[in-house]
Amino acid sequence: MATIAERLHEEWTTPHTLYGTLATVDHKTIGKRYLVTAFVFLLLGGLEAALMRAQLARPNQHLLTPEMYDQLFTMHGTTMIFWYAAPILSGFSNYLWPLMLGSRDMAFPRLNAVSYWIFLFSGIFLYTSLFMGQMPDRGWFAYAPLTELQYSPALNMDFYSLGLIFLSISTTVGAINFIATALTLRAPGMSINRLPVMIWSTLTISTAVLFAMPSLSVALAFLFFDRHLGMHFFQAAQGGSPLLWQHLFWIFGHPWVYIVVLPGMGMISMIIPTFCRRPLAGYTYVVLATVLTGILGFGVWVHHMFATGLPILALSFFSAVSLTIVIPSGVSVFAWLATLWGSRPLLRTPMLFALGFIALFVIGGISGVMTAAVPFDWQLNDTYFIVAHIHYVLIGINVFPVLGAFYYWLPKMTGRMLSERLGKWNFWVMFIGFNVAFFPMHIAGLLGMPRRVYTYPSGMGWDTTNLISSLGAYLFAVGVLLFIVNYFWSRRHGETAGDNPWDAASLEWSVSSPPPEYNFAVIPTVRSRDPLWEDRLGTPARSSIYSGPVLEAGRETTSTRPLDADDVRVLNMPEDSLWPLIVALALLVIFYGLLLGGWWVALAGAIVLFIAISGWLWPTDVTAEKEATS
Amino acid sequence: MSATARPMAEPMAEPTSVVQMPGWWGMICLIATEASLFAYLLFSYFYIGAQAAQWPPTTPPELRLALPNTIILLVSSATLIWAESGMKKGQRTRYVIGTAITIMLGIIFLCIQLLEYHGKNFGPSSHAYGSLFFTITGFHFAHVTVGLLMLAQVEVRAMLGHFSASKHLAVRNTSMYWHFVDIVWLCVFFALYITPRLWWHP
Repeated sequence: MATIAERLHEEWTTPHTLYGTLATVDHKTIGKRYLVTAFVFLLLGGLEAALMRAQLARPNQHLLTPEMYDQLFTMHGTTMIFWYAAPILSGFSNYLWPLMLGSRDMAFPRLNAVSYWIFLFSGIFLYTSLFMGQMPDRGWFAYAPLTELQYSPALNMDFYSLGLIFLSISTTVGAINFIATALTLRAPGMSINRLPVMIWSTLTISTAVLFAMPSLSVALAFLFFDRHLGMHFFQAAQGGSPLLWQHLFWIFGHPWVYIVVLPGMGMISMIIPTFCRRPLAGYTYVVLATVLTGILGFGVWVHHMFATGLPILALSFFSAVSLTIVIPSGVSVFAWLATLWGSRPLLRTPMLFALGFIALFVIGGISGVMTAAVPFDWQLNDTYFIVAHIHYVLIGINVFPVLGAFYYWLPKMTGRMLSERLGKWNFWVMFIGFNVAFFPMHIAGLLGMPRRVYTYPSGMGWDTTNLISSLGAYLFAVGVLLFIVNYFWSRRHGETAGDNPWDAASLEWSVSSPPPEYNFAVIPTVRSRDPLWEDRLGTPARSSIYSGPVLEAGRETTSTRPLDADDVRVLNMPEDSLWPLIVALALLVIFYGLLLGGWWVALAGAIVLFIAISGWLWPTDVTAEKEATS
Repeated sequence: MSATARPMAEPMAEPTSVVQMPGWWGMICLIATEASLFAYLLFSYFYIGAQAAQWPPTTPPELRLALPNTIILLVSSATLIWAESGMKKGQRTRYVIGTAITIMLGIIFLCIQLLEYHGKNFGPSSHAYGSLFFTITGFHFAHVTVGLLMLAQVEVRAMLGHFSASKHLAVRNTSMYWHFVDIVWLCVFFALYITPRLWWHP
């Protein structure tokens, strides 16, 4: 039967040539590229934070000028929130989705490739500002009118507005790809009540992206028009409104918080059951809580604007909805605790990160509830208390699950286990470093230290907490370095992983590590929520994982109906293609043209873009279709 | 564990229902996100309008060109529906003719829109209202242009015989997009041209 594998390999393999590198549409390659690129942005953002913590370690320091400090905190926030937090999750999802769903690729492999190239190029575009000495410098939420031309005449905020519009194209097409994949490319029998929770969470946030992202794009377009076409969206004197920026930004911004945390929670819902050796407690409730959080996320944006003088009735409404978020979050936490309860969890490194995550999620959640109360928020708005809260939420619910996910799924990607000993050191150094760095910020905030000050006088009572925070931040950085060391160590010396090193339940563990190009030699048929645990759980229905249709007439995979995953059909998947790269390059030319006022350059880019998209959509195999017509 | 092939009774068929076609979902998602884009644009229009002492600052925009133009765009949707139903019956010529008429109507719409811009006594940089008026209609203008480019590509492919009565997802998706662009115009038209007349008192 080895010939099945050989024939499929022939069909799906991408040549190891320059062309293959640039033209590949393999979701696993794209996923790995996403992970590496997003991790590089994490390191860049971390470096920026390290510089700031050096400055703030002692009072009255002048390592950095105020201008440099402004650029650093803006780039730190922008890089981490937009170029690290969401793309790293896309990396995991791109790699894992088809493997979890029993498919051979994503629904739109070439769209997947373009989504990566745009992510990479938009990041390069943003960091061009470093070399021009004009990095964005008005904070990651860039409040108008400070960003308008008269207050910010250089290119700083143009890099911000254009870079983010550029990135939003990648995020949007990525979300469309996830939605189409989840709805049509599931293995036969994987009805929606059998979907892994991680798929549910990413499906939820992909839908949120469709409705939230345009709000940011509109705001950024308005800003660009104000700055370069003399328009007046945010200028009160000409009838505009600076508050419009805040509304549009946060209508996008709060759903975005869930966009960067829900998939992390989904990963945890995969990791905890594996190490507890039992299915997730309350699967249906966790799924409903995830979807509900995604929806409620659209009704809370004004809690970022409590101090802007809006009517008290509006504030009360948004405060109430913000408090409501506690309910679905609580459901998830109790489901994880119920899964742990009475089990004998194996405390391997991924599980440590999952448990650490629960602790940080609860702390970040509690400070969130506190700031959802309007009078409390008024007291603490724009202080380090908010800085502490946002880091507990974003590092706690994004970085910790991501590190746990690396320890959990890297063996699948590389075929090698990471070192358990180094992993435990990694976790504890990061966990202790994180809390030492960020817990004192709550206190600094309560003592009145404002955020975004480049230095502070001594004698305000902030000296000790800041010194502790800086030391903790460096300890945390050491933790991140330990992970990098562990990764490179494991590539050489790690134990061979085998198909299913953790004895986990979902489909990705049924294939070899690393998986073959075509993922599944035969298309599996799924009959339960935990297909690899049916023997252990004594499930009456049995999935058929190693026996099924082969589908080898070209690059083929199956398509099923969105709810019940029945009515199995075959889909032809596209070959490797250079068009995605050309499309992304054309966009890069357009955005540099707009940045530097080269309208003709931008127009030329647009023409190339149109030609590239036409070439992309043109069928490669016209003759076959003509025969079908006649 | 090694895989074993399970022989199939007959070769597996391609999907016939759109809900199993990724491309159909892709277009639905694109339309959803684009519709949100216009929702936020109109939100901005009403948000700034609600705070203005007088909105719009000048008299409500004239219907002299905009109303006939609206009708032209609606007719273009009707001709496309006629064309597409021809495609479903395998009548390629009917599709090609219907789409050609739709493209022409779309181009006429854009030309009249340019005339409308030309006749305005304010510009995008005159005041916030001008910024909103030109940005919202300009975004729609750009969407009509994209719709026309899509129609043109599908038209050429239809002439080359790429589609059949049973297989024409690209045709279907393009039609959906064009109807969407029309519906957006109805929303823009209602917001920018009709609502000021509901409350405007000179």
